[in-house]
Amino acid sequence: MDSQQAIEVKDLHKYFGDLEVLKGIDFQVGHGEVVCVIGPSGSGKSTLLRCINRLEESTSGTILIEGEDITDPDADVDLLRTRIGMVFQQFNLFPHLTVLRNLTVGQTKVLKRSKAEAAEIADEMLARVGLSEKREEYPIRLSGGQQQRVAIARSLCMKPDMMLFDEPTSALDPELVGEVLEVMRSLADEGMTMMVVTHEMGFASEVADRVVFMDEGVVVEEGPPAEVLKDPQTERAQQFLKMIDHA
Amino acid sequence: MTTAERAGADDSASAGAESEAKARSAASDLASGSQRPQRKKRLTPTQRERAFQAAMYVLAALAVLAVALAADWPTIQRNFFQVDVIRDMFPELVIIAAKNTAIYTTLSFVLGFVLALGLALMRMSTVAPFRAFAMIYIELFRGLPALVTLILIGFGLPIAFDGFRLGSTLVRGSVGLAIVAGAYMAETIRAGVEAVPRGQTEAARSLGMSRNRTMFTIVLPQAFRIIIPPLTNELVLLIKDTSLFFVLGTTPESKELTKFARDFMVSSRNATPLTVVAIAYLVITLPLTYVVRRMERNAGKSR
Repeated sequence: MDSQQAIEVKDLHKYFGDLEVLKGIDFQVGHGEVVCVIGPSGSGKSTLLRCINRLEESTSGTILIEGEDITDPDADVDLLRTRIGMVFQQFNLFPHLTVLRNLTVGQTKVLKRSKAEAAEIADEMLARVGLSEKREEYPIRLSGGQQQRVAIARSLCMKPDMMLFDEPTSALDPELVGEVLEVMRSLADEGMTMMVVTHEMGFASEVADRVVFMDEGVVVEEGPPAEVLKDPQTERAQQFLKMIDHA
Repeated sequence: MTTAERAGADDSASAGAESEAKARSAASDLASGSQRPQRKKRLTPTQRERAFQAAMYVLAALAVLAVALAADWPTIQRNFFQVDVIRDMFPELVIIAAKNTAIYTTLSFVLGFVLALGLALMRMSTVAPFRAFAMIYIELFRGLPALVTLILIGFGLPIAFDGFRLGSTLVRGSVGLAIVAGAYMAETIRAGVEAVPRGQTEAARSLGMSRNRTMFTIVLPQAFRIIIPPLTNELVLLIKDTSLFFVLGTTPESKELTKFARDFMVSSRNATPLTVVAIAYLVITLPLTYVVRRMERNAGKSR
């Protein structure tokens, strides 16, 4: 079906106890589209991202991944997750495994690929993020930027249909942000479907096909970066962008 | 302790107090040299601390002196350090007693660990009855003295189940201690699992790993690194707890260190065996506690 989206969120609500953090989100990401989600902290953007691969259980509404409802209690969540790459703010590499094992563990244990095949794919992805020489290192020996690049490679090894990024550069020292954004940019250039929660306005304006501004659990404004970032229509978006500029 | 000795100890105690008083007045003399006459009588905090420390040293020295004077050294030597008796204890001390202690400890630890792992997983299970069972078990066997549990296993079970006996002393004792150790280690394992950052589970799940796969491939290996020091402490406790095996009855071949020493005390009418096993226990436990301390220091560094 042509009109089918990679990610389609319909009327999504999420409560933490009595607190409603998502108040009816409608949101799509098309195939090969790069969508950046921006907004103040506490706006619900990370929660939205985490609901999409069900790390967070939504309260109501549906989330379709390539047309399959991941919120369905009978859905094979583990299988769907192999098709959704996820990159975390804190990298979350497995510290007890080498870089290579970090990249192969999902392939061999979940996708049941042979060790040789998994290692081959891992080497390919490591080369892609420019860290082939770190193959046998443990994560603790890598810089934050290198760790995040390994984390991206780890997700790519699963050959996902789409990638979710949860503030991938927020935990990095400023001088290490560039190398991670560079990898993400090359992914976008290759046509990967991407949803990126970020505070990097430069990245959003250059790479995103569409920017979504969220505040207080609702999508306030969305559109091409040139419109949302340069000429925001709502007062809240204007205020937010002004504050970011001054920071 | 004779009266004369006691008096001597008192004398030296009062002498200590005098010297301490002298130290104090000397310190206040020093303070009076300062340019702030209104605080002439007071010591500075550093001086006060030093004076206190000096007093503590004097106190410690006096305590050692008092014990040394009070003790009847020839009697102690005769009763606790008889060379003949020590010689007679070999080789059985090593080839039977120490060996049995090692075997009982190993068996109890391995059994206890397997049990603890099961309990810890039940304790964290999504199935409520599992959680309840694990919780009741843990509270029960952490609350009972190990001795009571051993007696229950050794004598309670045969009464309750018409002569049902769990194998030999070795099996009964090890199962009994494992039941107790399992309760403690289960909590240790759970604490270790909970110390693994939540992001590890999230990363594993987002790769498509199931709950169980995540637990065994990602979380538990990290948890075990964290809990090696407390588990080694548990091992040290178990080594000492094997001394409770005697309640189950022993044959000459199944004696562990403590029982061996007690029997040897009777046959030699001397307390030397007690000294010998005390040293034997320390020979086993001190290296272990040393290793734990090193591991804890290293773990502290890598964080």
